[in-house]
Amino acid sequence: MSNMLTVKEPHPPGDFAIWIIIYVELLTFALLFLGFAFSRRSDIEMFNASQLQLDQISGFINTLILITSSYFVAKAVQSIKHMTDERIKEASRAAARWLLFAIVSAGGFLVVKMLDFIHVFGQGITLSTNKFFMFYIMLTVFHFMHVLLGSFILTVLYRKTKAQGYTQNDHKGLETGASYWHMVDLLWIVLFPLVYIIR
Amino acid sequence: MKYSSQMVAKPYFIFALILLAGEILFGLLMAIQYLYGDFLFPLIPFNVLRMVHTNLLIVLLLFGFMGATYYLIPEETETELWSPKLAIITFWVFAAAGVATILGYLFVPYAQLTELTFNNLLPTMGREFLEQPLPTKLGIVLVVVSYILNVIMTVIKGRKTVITTVLITGLVGLAVFFLFAFYVPHNLIMDKFFWWFTVHLWVEATWELILGAILAFVLIKVTGVDREHIDKWLYLIIAMTMLSGILGTGHHFFYMGAPEYWLWIGSIASAVEPLPFFLMILFAYTMTRERKIQHGNKIALTWAKGTAVMAFLGAGVWGFIHTLAPVNMFTHGTQLTAAHGHLSFFGAYVMIIFTMVSYAMPILRGRPQGNSQKAQNLELASFWMMNIGMMGLTLALSAAGIVQILDQRVGTELIGFMESQESIAGIYMIRAGFGLLVFAGLFTYFASFFVKEEAGQTAGYNA
Repeated sequence: MSNMLTVKEPHPPGDFAIWIIIYVELLTFALLFLGFAFSRRSDIEMFNASQLQLDQISGFINTLILITSSYFVAKAVQSIKHMTDERIKEASRAAARWLLFAIVSAGGFLVVKMLDFIHVFGQGITLSTNKFFMFYIMLTVFHFMHVLLGSFILTVLYRKTKAQGYTQNDHKGLETGASYWHMVDLLWIVLFPLVYIIR
Repeated sequence: MKYSSQMVAKPYFIFALILLAGEILFGLLMAIQYLYGDFLFPLIPFNVLRMVHTNLLIVLLLFGFMGATYYLIPEETETELWSPKLAIITFWVFAAAGVATILGYLFVPYAQLTELTFNNLLPTMGREFLEQPLPTKLGIVLVVVSYILNVIMTVIKGRKTVITTVLITGLVGLAVFFLFAFYVPHNLIMDKFFWWFTVHLWVEATWELILGAILAFVLIKVTGVDREHIDKWLYLIIAMTMLSGILGTGHHFFYMGAPEYWLWIGSIASAVEPLPFFLMILFAYTMTRERKIQHGNKIALTWAKGTAVMAFLGAGVWGFIHTLAPVNMFTHGTQLTAAHGHLSFFGAYVMIIFTMVSYAMPILRGRPQGNSQKAQNLELASFWMMNIGMMGLTLALSAAGIVQILDQRVGTELIGFMESQESIAGIYMIRAGFGLLVFAGLFTYFASFFVKEEAGQTAGYNA
């Protein structure tokens, strides 16, 4: 306990650069969310009717998947942070396992989302169908690309963790990647109710 | 100068500056035509002046980029240039083709020029900024390909750095996107799409990589800050630039027959576009604050910081002013666009060439710590003259644009184009004045090259 008091936790965690990226991403999505909200006000009936064409169950499953994957990533970071010098091997292995779970979850999200896209695009819906679907496609495709990039980042983290590349004192890279993944999760948590649920 | 092949940069720099003088001269002539419509009639009509003005800009920037690259690549890769001879040959080919093209514009009617240059074989002429005759376009491809070949071969045999990677990415992008200049679809909307793929993806994506790489190089040299520190910034800036810039192409697809979703994609992506420019300011100033050496060439650092600030103002702020679709509906194609165009090209691209020339030229002339204090003071005066001139010119054009919008687009009592232009005449006079200041600033810059070195003094910084 005493050494925890003397060592100040660096905030925000991870590299400073990732926080610039996170804020820019949040800003970009915020503009899209605002655009959605204002456009919805001008034609609520059309937005509500279009929303019914979406598969809410798959959206809900994906929400659970992403939140769970964030939990896995947090567990991985915890394993590394709390490891002792004697247990580097075990802690790295445990952290790598958590990251693997997270990667599998991300893959699950991508599969479910692809099925959702097949369902939507199968109905002949395009960016020009109406404003609801324009926002739906822009938001979800943009987010989908973030999950893809996030999966890649998680894979890089996984490989380095497995090779015992992070220690209790040196795990900035892991926290950087974890911060990005939590942002991807956070964006979906706003996106899902906004686009799929709220009427 | 560490490598003798860096010397090939010199003619590129000198020619780029000569072309800049020409560009500004033709700009001034047009500024006078805005006031006196029959000035130079029928010798050189406005459309020809404009074509020469914009084409000179593009060619001078290419010369500047090439000079900057040939200077920095040997130092970055820690090896001599692959083929200095090729670099010199391409210089003369490009210079001759450039001069011939400009003379063609000035002395041959454009319609006749199209016939003389085989435009009927592959029609590519007539599009704004890409007016070059087919042989010139092919020449540009040839020159650019040999230039990239030279750079890549040098990098292959030498050290690889983030700066060289970013630079080559930018150069390859520059070459690839120019190919769209050869494709002119019949459908006018499709034509605009492909035209912007060259024009926009040059200035708002690939060229920004070149700018970032040159800026990072000069900052490393004059501040002595660790490369690793600068690399991270460079990656961050270019990643943001590429993403926002590529999607930002959408802001050109407003109200031209393209689908409505472009209004949203274009507006949102280009709202993000100023951010990497803002990061560039933070980058330049943080590096300056954390500098580890006091380089004698202080004016080069001044230009570097100036580039970041003016690029942010011109490309970032003035771009954002009219990039949102509902605003652009009123501002499109007014003098506000011209204001943005002038300050962004000057702030981002002309300034980075000044930065590189001011850093490299003294070294190429045997003064590793920069010119004498006297010469640097004169150069500082030219820095302020040109920057104040460009800022004033931009503000005047913005005012002109706003009057134009109020005259012609807002409300019910609208007036015609010529009548509106007359009401702006006073502002155009102010614009011409500031243009003259820029021209005088450029000559002051030239004069700083000829300040005599005082005996015993080799560096501007004496401490």
